[in-house]
Amino acid sequence: MAEIVLEGVTKRYPDGSLAVREVDLDIADGEFVILVGPSGCGKSTTLNMIAGLEDITEGTLRIGGRVVNDLAPKERDVAMVFQSYALYPHMSVRENMGFPLRLAKVDKAVIDSKVEEAARVLDLGEFLDRKPANLSGGQRQRVAMGRAIVRDPKAFLMDEPLSNLDAKLRVQMRTQISRLQRRLGTTTVYVTHDQTEAMTLGDRVVVMRQGLVQQVGTPARLYDMPRNLFVAGFIGSPAMNFVGASLSGGLLRTPLGDLPLDDRMRRVLERRDAPREVIVGLRPEAFEDASLARETGGPVVTATVDVLESLGSDAYVYFSAEGGPVTTAELEELATDSGARDTGARGAQQIVARLNAATRAREGAPVELRVDMGKAHVFDPSTGTNLTHAGN
Amino acid sequence: MSTMAEPTKDEAKGGKPLSAGARQERRLGWLLCAPAVLVMVAVTAYPIGYAVYLSLQRYDLRFPARAEFVGLSNYGAVLSSPFWWDAFWVTVFLTAVSVAIELVLGMGLALVMHRTLFARGTVRTAVLVPYGIVTVVAAFSWQYAWTPELGYLAELLPSGDAPLTEQWPALWLIVLAEVWKTTPFMALLLLAGLALVPEETLKAAMVDGATPWQRFTKVMLPLMKPAILVALLFRTLDAFRIFDNIYVLTSGAHGTGSLSILGYDNLFTALNLGIGSAISVLIFLCVGIIAFTFVKLFGAAAPGAEVKR
Amino acid sequence: MAAAGTSHATRWGFVNVVVVLYALFPVWWIAALSFKDPGTLTDGNYIPRDWTFENYRGIFATSEFTRALINSIGIALIATVIAVILGTMAAYAVARLRFPGKQLLIGMSLLIAMFPPISLVSPLFNIERIIGIFDTWPGLIIPYMTFSLPLAIYTLSAFFREIPWDLEKAAKVDGATPAQAFRLVIVPLAAPGVFTTAILVFIFCWNDFLFAISLTSTESARTVPAAIAFFTGSSQFQQPTGSIAAAAVVITVPIIIFVLLFQRRIVAGLTSGAVKG
Repeated sequence: MAEIVLEGVTKRYPDGSLAVREVDLDIADGEFVILVGPSGCGKSTTLNMIAGLEDITEGTLRIGGRVVNDLAPKERDVAMVFQSYALYPHMSVRENMGFPLRLAKVDKAVIDSKVEEAARVLDLGEFLDRKPANLSGGQRQRVAMGRAIVRDPKAFLMDEPLSNLDAKLRVQMRTQISRLQRRLGTTTVYVTHDQTEAMTLGDRVVVMRQGLVQQVGTPARLYDMPRNLFVAGFIGSPAMNFVGASLSGGLLRTPLGDLPLDDRMRRVLERRDAPREVIVGLRPEAFEDASLARETGGPVVTATVDVLESLGSDAYVYFSAEGGPVTTAELEELATDSGARDTGARGAQQIVARLNAATRAREGAPVELRVDMGKAHVFDPSTGTNLTHAGN
Repeated sequence: MSTMAEPTKDEAKGGKPLSAGARQERRLGWLLCAPAVLVMVAVTAYPIGYAVYLSLQRYDLRFPARAEFVGLSNYGAVLSSPFWWDAFWVTVFLTAVSVAIELVLGMGLALVMHRTLFARGTVRTAVLVPYGIVTVVAAFSWQYAWTPELGYLAELLPSGDAPLTEQWPALWLIVLAEVWKTTPFMALLLLAGLALVPEETLKAAMVDGATPWQRFTKVMLPLMKPAILVALLFRTLDAFRIFDNIYVLTSGAHGTGSLSILGYDNLFTALNLGIGSAISVLIFLCVGIIAFTFVKLFGAAAPGAEVKR
Repeated sequence: MAAAGTSHATRWGFVNVVVVLYALFPVWWIAALSFKDPGTLTDGNYIPRDWTFENYRGIFATSEFTRALINSIGIALIATVIAVILGTMAAYAVARLRFPGKQLLIGMSLLIAMFPPISLVSPLFNIERIIGIFDTWPGLIIPYMTFSLPLAIYTLSAFFREIPWDLEKAAKVDGATPAQAFRLVIVPLAAPGVFTTAILVFIFCWNDFLFAISLTSTESARTVPAAIAFFTGSSQFQQPTGSIAAAAVVITVPIIIFVLLFQRRIVAGLTSGAVKG
């Protein structure tokens, strides 16, 4: 068990392209850290560099206080779980799980007892003599986990270990991994593209984009205080709504209507010298049916409901805002990643509001929505920086 | 920056120091390739260089002591000789005609193997027999088939006809033997290309109203282009060095000798190592030109050239 | 519907029969010849009227053929083993490892795959005479393994590429050195590919004619295809047709057995190296 420290870690490929730029990360002993981001953001490359499967171009990597930049994977004492599980098809479950110990020349009897123990923990006892081909997806996943834990390594590295499972099994395995990690207390670095997995599993989450770390923090902090447009749009489901706005005389003029700034926001925006044209970000829960939220303050806007999705606990209301959608490089990338670009629904700006299930909103009819300005974020369109909620 | 790396050769050259893993990998790569490379260099590169050297000598095996350097005169002798040009055009004819026929037949055969409803295994097994059989054996079978009073095929001809003793009939029979032997290989390469055509794309074309012929020409052929080019490249180069069939069927008599036969005869019948080597080098150049044309002009992917990780 | 299905099946059946006949008829013909006695050799029948093993007895009675058969088997086997071992090593490196010079290796083996053997016959003939391996087993084994190396490298690297890359990464993280990863993970998984390649290489060596007639001069290393071409018949006045047919059948048998047993693998092996997108 050990802490993992990355200092200015950079990966440059021979063709000059930068996969990972200057990553600084301090992972404490026993911590569960998630690397999350859209495909191509450098999260897997970072993990491979920690494992020793890819060379580090610049920077320093320390595991347990020792610089390991130039050590082969076998000398780093880390275990890895792959997206494809990478089980050896010619070996039984027992041989698969014992393989790392066999390579380490551990005594045969010790191997057996460790494998039996891991199999008991993972509930794999009855499958020990089967070949991977005769196991279900979930069982294979557990064997891959077992192969990692038998060695009692300094750290677990997991590369999208759940993305080959179906949705239901994924949720079950998620809790099992969480429980196992807590019990073993082994430092874990976990890569995923799924922000829900990131939010539910990690002690801390690292959001990456184009090889750069965007923000590091606890799930709650990333949600409430996203440092920039990208993190704001990436974390949270349904995603944050973004509308263009112009600042004038203490008002945000948006396609939804004029939103007056509260005192705190006004002060912050003045201090940070906000530009005239900004982007306003509102999470779906920043809206509420005005008739159900009479006592809370905040401006009221009127919108015509396009689609109403009633989930029982909540109701999602979709409506369109005047004017085209706001675009920045970061929002473009988010749209591409979420598939919004592929649905072709890019005409008018779609807004989602999460309302109390008691709402009387009807499709095709107008509804009055109260906006909680305390939950509104204002972003600088040119840099993407969050001007109102300065996360770390 | 890397505090633990020992100085390496690369560092000395000013390159980036490699990690232990990369160094190990690189060394292993060289180590694993070294024997194959050594063998290939020793048995082909060196001899072809030696062939170039021999081709610049007057070197008659009957009078080895009289060997002397004669510059390019062997090449002059070969290229001004009608024997070379006759053999050259015979080879070009055999290559072009047999590869063209093989392509059409092979495509048909590939479609049969791909589409047939039953006995797929039997058909594939049967088709592999011509590929696997020793060329000389097949050639004898054809020779006997066309020999008057012996063969079943010769009986179909007016009696007294001996097709293997006349230039054009013999050339066509050589084409036939070559086509029989190598069409299956062509068909298998094309079959692999066919497997790359998604079934759904064909169904989509069917729904879009494409006739079978249109589906073949507008959907299948474009998608199979890389496979077709590779198959053509392989077979053209292979056909260009045709030797076994001709040797058995006609021994190169009656104007049916290919370049390979010409080279062989000069070496082992005329025992003229200088001229024989010049022919060898010229054939090598022809093959190089064909390969270059295919790769550059048609963009045939050199097999195995792409190495992705 | 049923009628349409039947006619469909009939049509395919007909096409299949044509294909099978096309492929097998010349083989059948020479086999039939080999079982005919000299008297009926020229009767043109597709099935011998009087079956005789005389031709086989004839060829096995002389050392000319038995010696050639031993040469063929020995030379092809040794060349296959060496080519497959060297090919496996190189193919693994090509498919998996990063090292400078890889493109050179690929280019070189492609060049050799296209090489006209006749271009090598004259220099090899002279070199082998000088170093004294002309008309010996090594004199044929060396060119055979060289010319089958590209085939072996292509086929095997295609097989290696199909082994998931993650397995080797996993082995490395599990603590294996590259050599251990190769021995403990890759080799067991590549075994079927290696076997297939061995069959293809064997067929290649077994078939060669040009080197066999150029680089041998006596029975000591002459292989069967070359020996057949020099058959003279058991007596002076006899055409060697029956003997040639019998010998031809004998060396065709192993090929037929391979094809029958390993049809699927041979097809996979032949096409894997050649077609990759």
